[in-house]
Amino acid sequence: MAVRTNFESKDEIGVFAKLTNAYCLASIGGSEIFYSTFEAELGDSIPVVHASLAGCRIIGRMCVGNRKGLLVPSSTFDQELQHLRNALPDSVKVQRIEERLSALGNVITCNDYVALVHPDLDRETEEIISDTLGVEVFRHTIAGNVLVGSYCVLNNRGALVHPNTSIVDQEELSSLLQVPLVAGTVNQGSSLVGAGVVVNDWCAFTGMDTTATELAVLESVFRLNEAEPSKIAQEMRASLIEGMS
Amino acid sequence: MESLDVDDQNVSRIIHCCMCGLDIEPNPSNMCVGCLRNQVNITEGIAEQATLYFCRGCERYLQPPQEWIHCALESRELLSLCLKKLKGLNRLKLVDAGFVWTEPHSKRIKVKLVVHGEVMGAVLQKEFVVVYTISHQMCDECHRTEAKDFWKALVQVRQRAENKKTFYYLEQLILKYKAHENSLGIKPIHGGLDFYYATEAHAKKMVDFLSTVLPCKYQHSKKLISQDIHSNVYNYKFTYCVEIVPISKDSVVCLPKKFTQSLGGISPVCLVYRVTNSLHLIDPSTGQIAEVNSTNYYRSPFNAICNPKQLVEFIVMDIEPIMDKDRKIFPGQGSISNRHVLADVWLVKASELGINDTTVHAKTHLGHVLKVGDSVLGYNIQDSNINDSNFDKLDSTNIADVILVRKYFGDRAAKKRQRIWKLKRLAEEDTGSIDGNDFNEFMDDLEEDPELRKNVNIFKNKATTIPVDLYDSNYDANTPRITLEEMLDDLDVNDVEMAE
Repeated sequence: MAVRTNFESKDEIGVFAKLTNAYCLASIGGSEIFYSTFEAELGDSIPVVHASLAGCRIIGRMCVGNRKGLLVPSSTFDQELQHLRNALPDSVKVQRIEERLSALGNVITCNDYVALVHPDLDRETEEIISDTLGVEVFRHTIAGNVLVGSYCVLNNRGALVHPNTSIVDQEELSSLLQVPLVAGTVNQGSSLVGAGVVVNDWCAFTGMDTTATELAVLESVFRLNEAEPSKIAQEMRASLIEGMS
Repeated sequence: MESLDVDDQNVSRIIHCCMCGLDIEPNPSNMCVGCLRNQVNITEGIAEQATLYFCRGCERYLQPPQEWIHCALESRELLSLCLKKLKGLNRLKLVDAGFVWTEPHSKRIKVKLVVHGEVMGAVLQKEFVVVYTISHQMCDECHRTEAKDFWKALVQVRQRAENKKTFYYLEQLILKYKAHENSLGIKPIHGGLDFYYATEAHAKKMVDFLSTVLPCKYQHSKKLISQDIHSNVYNYKFTYCVEIVPISKDSVVCLPKKFTQSLGGISPVCLVYRVTNSLHLIDPSTGQIAEVNSTNYYRSPFNAICNPKQLVEFIVMDIEPIMDKDRKIFPGQGSISNRHVLADVWLVKASELGINDTTVHAKTHLGHVLKVGDSVLGYNIQDSNINDSNFDKLDSTNIADVILVRKYFGDRAAKKRQRIWKLKRLAEEDTGSIDGNDFNEFMDDLEEDPELRKNVNIFKNKATTIPVDLYDSNYDANTPRITLEEMLDDLDVNDVEMAE
């Protein structure tokens, strides 16, 4: 399921929202339409939370998170942090990290199992990432760009990367992330995929400009059509049972 | 960090076109060329319609901001004009341009353009047609012409006299010294010529020229056309009215008595034998000469009492030169001509030759050219009816019966046929039959007077051939001629050199 939306006529919704399998953060905007879109799609299954970080609306670029945790930059106010801790489920660990590269959304991208990070990220941060989010951390670049968060979007089933990523790089990344991967665009040819789309395992939101072709690519790589929360639970159960037995 | 440097151009990259899903190499727009062309209009901002301004009067197109140029339909010039009209074309690379045929009177010009434009790294080609509407706008020159406003200064040259020889002489002077070069137009008017000029300075120059070559006076006037009191700009039309002294060569004048005294006691009845920037008078009975410049003339004006139309042909029956010792000399007398020889002649009218044997006596200054049996032209003062206030005051006993003017060289028409030269005219259309005879007389004068010829350009006449046979019955060795050395070759566009 992929939905087109925009934030105050801006198509870079990845900047203003953060979507994981356990929660959704939406920026506080002038109108509630943006929030309502998320609420309508996700309200049944996960909490959709109004949020701001360090007084900024660009929360999608400032924080990174997955089902297990949320990392926010050191500039986040205590009040905001408290609000997030209150609003998010208890299973989600909210952690503030001291990191020079404070736009965490731009330098880190992750799903529930694996994270790609900027090559220059602190080692401490890397440890916190792997502890808090419970992921394996890889320092990598996407098509020569160090801002992996801007040029790569991934969920547990697939990943969308910068269109200039060569086939060889794609294969390498794919083996690293253990998910199928495709190079593509959003918002009618924009290569800033991280900014143009937010995705979890069953739902994606993209900018209003995104074409039908781009949506089709998104849906197929993230396998959104076959994904429903209940179905995932079933699958997980199956795999759990398999693992336990 | 190694991965940072890995950006090999050879590495294959494939994405889906964001519009149609076609597999393409990634480019800045991430669209295939087809979609890009649909999506982006490279000719955006270029007008599909434009207006060309065309002056119907002179059939020229306006090339902004000021220039008007001639160009034929579907010509290279017109195309460049059309392209200059299109704004925003410099962003693009023009590959081809050409006209699409339209009806010549449709007031539409269609230009088909092919342009290359670069959009986000991809070069797109587009073909489009611009329609130009031709609208009419009068150019400044035509506008001024239409408003009868094309000249700023006018020089009116007038001679109010029957005898127009001075005028013909002036015409030749103007031609020789190219005094008419700056004039916008020359218009023959009854009694003279009008010269039109774009600036007052040109007109003033013409007036100055006239006053140096001829006895004349002028009046100056100006008419206010428009004004701008805020910037103190006044637009005037200037008119110079130049009046040439109404007396020409070969006329007989009668001077006021007072004036004769100031001229050294010259006889009141004098012959005008030359006109330069002053009138040259000669008293045929004494050979005394006098010069009258225009200032003196207009201080005490006088009129011609006999004009060349009244000339009568006489035959010289007898001639006796008058010796210097026989002349009456009085104190205070003006200068006497050395070039003329005073003589007593006895004449018979050519029309009465053989009928009437009584001869008429006259004193003449033409003693050096006349001999017995010659024909001579003169005024029969005795028989003519003269209306002149100065003349009426004269004592009739002192007035000569006949005043001889010049020797007569026979049949005019034959001479005209033999003439192997010609003169230029200012206004060609003016050389009609009206003044044809006067002008022929002027040409005769030129033949007879080398002094007069000095200021005149004489051209060879190609139409007539030089008579070779000296023993031709019409040929007379005594007839005055203009030698070939004095003649100029006229400009002929179709001559031998140009034909090659």
